[in-house]
Amino acid sequence: MSQDNIQFPEPLLQEVARQIAKFPEGKQKSALLSVLHLAQAHFGYLSEPVMDYVARLLHILPIEVYEVATFYSMYDTKPAGKVKLEVCRTGPCMIEGAEKIVSYIENKLGIKDSETTADGIFTLKTVECLGACGYAPMLQAGEKFHEHLTEAKVDELIEQYRKNPVANYLGLENHGA
Amino acid sequence: MERKLLLEHIGVEGINTHDVYRKNGGYSAVEKALKTMSPDDVVEEVKKSGLRGRGGAGFPTGMKWSFIAKPEGVPRHFLCNADESEPGTFKDRYLMEKIPHLLIEGMILSSYALGCNQSYIYIRGEYMYVLQILEKAIAEAYANGWLGKNIKGSGFDLDLAVSTGAGAYICGEETALIESLEGKRGNPRIKPPFPAVKGLWDRPTVVNNVETIAAVVPIVNEGGDAYAQIGIGRSTGTKLISASGNVNKPGVYEITMGITVEEFIYSDKYLGGMKNGKKLKACVPGGSSVPILPHYLVCKTAAGEDRLMSYESLSDGGFATGSMLGSGGFIVYDEDQCIVRNTWNFSRFYHHESCGQCSPCREGTGWMEKVLHRLEYGHGKMEDIDLLWDIQRKIEGNTICPLGDAAAWPVAAAIRHFREEFEWHVKEPKLCMTKNYGLITEKTFETVKG
Amino acid sequence: MSETNPKFKVTIDGVEVEVDPGTTILNAARLIGGDVVPPAMCYYSSLKGSGGKCRTCLVEVSKGSEKDPRPMPKLVASCSTPIMDGMEVKNKSSEKVMDARAGVVEMLLINHPLDCPVCDQAGECHLQDLAYEHGKSNTRYEFERRTFDKVDIGEYIKLHMTRCILCYRCVYTANQLTEQREHGVLKRGDAAEIGTFIEKNLKNDFIGNVIDVCPVGALTDKTFRFRSRVWYTKPMDAHRDCKCCSGKAVVWMIGDEIARVTARKDQYGEVKEFICNECRFDKKDKSDWTIEGPRHIDKHSVISANHYEVEAPAHTPLLNKA
Repeated sequence: MSQDNIQFPEPLLQEVARQIAKFPEGKQKSALLSVLHLAQAHFGYLSEPVMDYVARLLHILPIEVYEVATFYSMYDTKPAGKVKLEVCRTGPCMIEGAEKIVSYIENKLGIKDSETTADGIFTLKTVECLGACGYAPMLQAGEKFHEHLTEAKVDELIEQYRKNPVANYLGLENHGA
Repeated sequence: MERKLLLEHIGVEGINTHDVYRKNGGYSAVEKALKTMSPDDVVEEVKKSGLRGRGGAGFPTGMKWSFIAKPEGVPRHFLCNADESEPGTFKDRYLMEKIPHLLIEGMILSSYALGCNQSYIYIRGEYMYVLQILEKAIAEAYANGWLGKNIKGSGFDLDLAVSTGAGAYICGEETALIESLEGKRGNPRIKPPFPAVKGLWDRPTVVNNVETIAAVVPIVNEGGDAYAQIGIGRSTGTKLISASGNVNKPGVYEITMGITVEEFIYSDKYLGGMKNGKKLKACVPGGSSVPILPHYLVCKTAAGEDRLMSYESLSDGGFATGSMLGSGGFIVYDEDQCIVRNTWNFSRFYHHESCGQCSPCREGTGWMEKVLHRLEYGHGKMEDIDLLWDIQRKIEGNTICPLGDAAAWPVAAAIRHFREEFEWHVKEPKLCMTKNYGLITEKTFETVKG
Repeated sequence: MSETNPKFKVTIDGVEVEVDPGTTILNAARLIGGDVVPPAMCYYSSLKGSGGKCRTCLVEVSKGSEKDPRPMPKLVASCSTPIMDGMEVKNKSSEKVMDARAGVVEMLLINHPLDCPVCDQAGECHLQDLAYEHGKSNTRYEFERRTFDKVDIGEYIKLHMTRCILCYRCVYTANQLTEQREHGVLKRGDAAEIGTFIEKNLKNDFIGNVIDVCPVGALTDKTFRFRSRVWYTKPMDAHRDCKCCSGKAVVWMIGDEIARVTARKDQYGEVKEFICNECRFDKKDKSDWTIEGPRHIDKHSVISANHYEVEAPAHTPLLNKA
């Protein structure tokens, strides 16, 4: 991606403006996390030109964006698959069999934790507690929670996402992006 | 006395919409407060209610509110902490998803009480779909005149917006939350100054948990005294418990404070007992950071009294033989679970979530995880157990924020109560990879370390 | 607090001192001086926002104030805790403090490369001093130490991230002295690192000061790298007319040559007047400077072992503290 074609379409620029408008004048930096979510959903990942673009949109220094983008675990500064399968690995999910689900997905997709399938569709990522402990084991794909996982359910999910690899954040489809 | 104050209407079809919520008595507390109560009256009712913070620390809410500085001409802010991330805890997600207007109503009441005209809900990034539910509900609230300028002719203005995190447990710490809401890394601030004096954009700020804010609604509706009648002692009202682990019916429950732990685990009204007829081995009653209790200290205190679901009873015996109510993340372990593995798992969590600002937490959490990993995988040494004890001791109390304590306590408690199981991992490195230690035997309390 | 005496009284390790309200425990201790001063690795009095992070300056407050004499439940960071009237503080006299500090030192060292023999900072390294005073000779850490790729941040400054203790001082320096901060703290937890994200040449006129504020050998002067151990050089106060800065510096000489230029540091290693890059990196000729005379260096410092000062004692111990 070169610097030139990094540009949000108009509906997303409106969404950026809406995020900024949530805060008092001069406090537009507060919208940074939201705008980074939008950028990641739209551009695929947070490349350096994308982050520089976000910095310009919010009138902040590029380093302020890099610092934030590398702090929070949901942001990818490297390319990732279209659908991230984020399997919770923390205590309550672990005792309900999260590790088995992870190795099942690893075997099925032929990738390890943090790797992406050759076709660029799936990235497998083990993550910390997602707040679904009572419905374990679980994974998140895009913004969707998939709970009470079994091998059969995982098969179904992978099938579904392979056909339609869309797992957006922020209801991005609503903004015509 | 069985009461549901927050989840009473949770089963009503469409309760997530404004109109149904309103039909079921919603926003009556806002009407009452704006028409008949001054902001200080609302603070007074919350003080009388004895409500304590539901996010984990259990600090009296009314007292927290009374600390807010009110310098002339400086805006104040009220923030909702919806960064629910403590392993074992998922009640706030449930509440926001099912009955978002209850939180919004609580936000209006609290903002009114504190004189704040611009309030925010900070929600963890992973709850993006819940954020959309909240934004929809907020739009409905604006459309119906509960938010915006001159609410219902009262002269009180309030703007409410939701902002998002992006994957960081530390942002549940209130000053890290504020930093994050300012668009920065979630590094907790050095205190003093406290948020009540210098918070969001250096303005006086109060941060409360989702459930705490929701509880203000019944407090205003029924009065602080009536609320204080519910529950037991200084644990007033009801509490949402997120139950997980090896039980028949995990999920979110609204309990009246003071029911017995035994009833909560074993009765059909609540968790319905242990799954597959297994035996109870241990319980973490308040989220991953609170001390784990061995089976013989779950339903009874060391003094042999019934353990109750309350701040006081769950902490009875201190850390030697008690735990904490914390955030109400109630994790139950059966006889097939390995305590060393679970402790390693929690340690990995805190290592992953340390912000890295202060030395003991940045370095110590990773060190503990590595030693625990070695023990769990059969490469440990006897000295590792004392080493772990010493590392956690060097972290606890010496860090900028409570994440250090949260990382230290589970390790300390596991060693305190399950030392034999740790030793067994060293003595039987092959066996520990293939089978579980099983139940531990009851100790005499003189031998309990700590 | 009476009208005539708006000072607060505080006792640190049994020594009483009166200070202005708002003074921190650390600064009150510095007014007393000597042994009661807690070590500080991240606090830097002229850098706004610094402090609170390294936890080496933790002290025990055994009495909160005259009004509320209860002790504080936890050790507090003396650099960021303001004193109250009548407060009683224990530093050296508290076993709890010594124990916690030893813990902090151990934590700071478990991932440190311990490459003092090849590190330019050796001899003026605060971590070295701290470890010498509070550390143990052995380590209990048996895992691979954390390493980072070397980052090039320009022609003048070398970043050795493996030595960094994440004090954030260089970040605050860039915030305060430069218009556009270009480096910062990236990632988090024990993966956190100082960096620019993309390779960048830090070339702001004042960026060289990050070398002086760095308590360890993470940021070193490329024009001086590997040229000499500091204790073989002679520090001399010197000044020159400079359009950018005060021009007051210390030139470190080997024979008649200037090996490096730094700002002047006080007894706590803090620069009061920052200098510009031109003075620091480009003015290496003796004729550029008016030499004032030998810079006074604490007699306990290894640098004093060079006997460069006329008044230097006949015998100085080789290492920092005898």
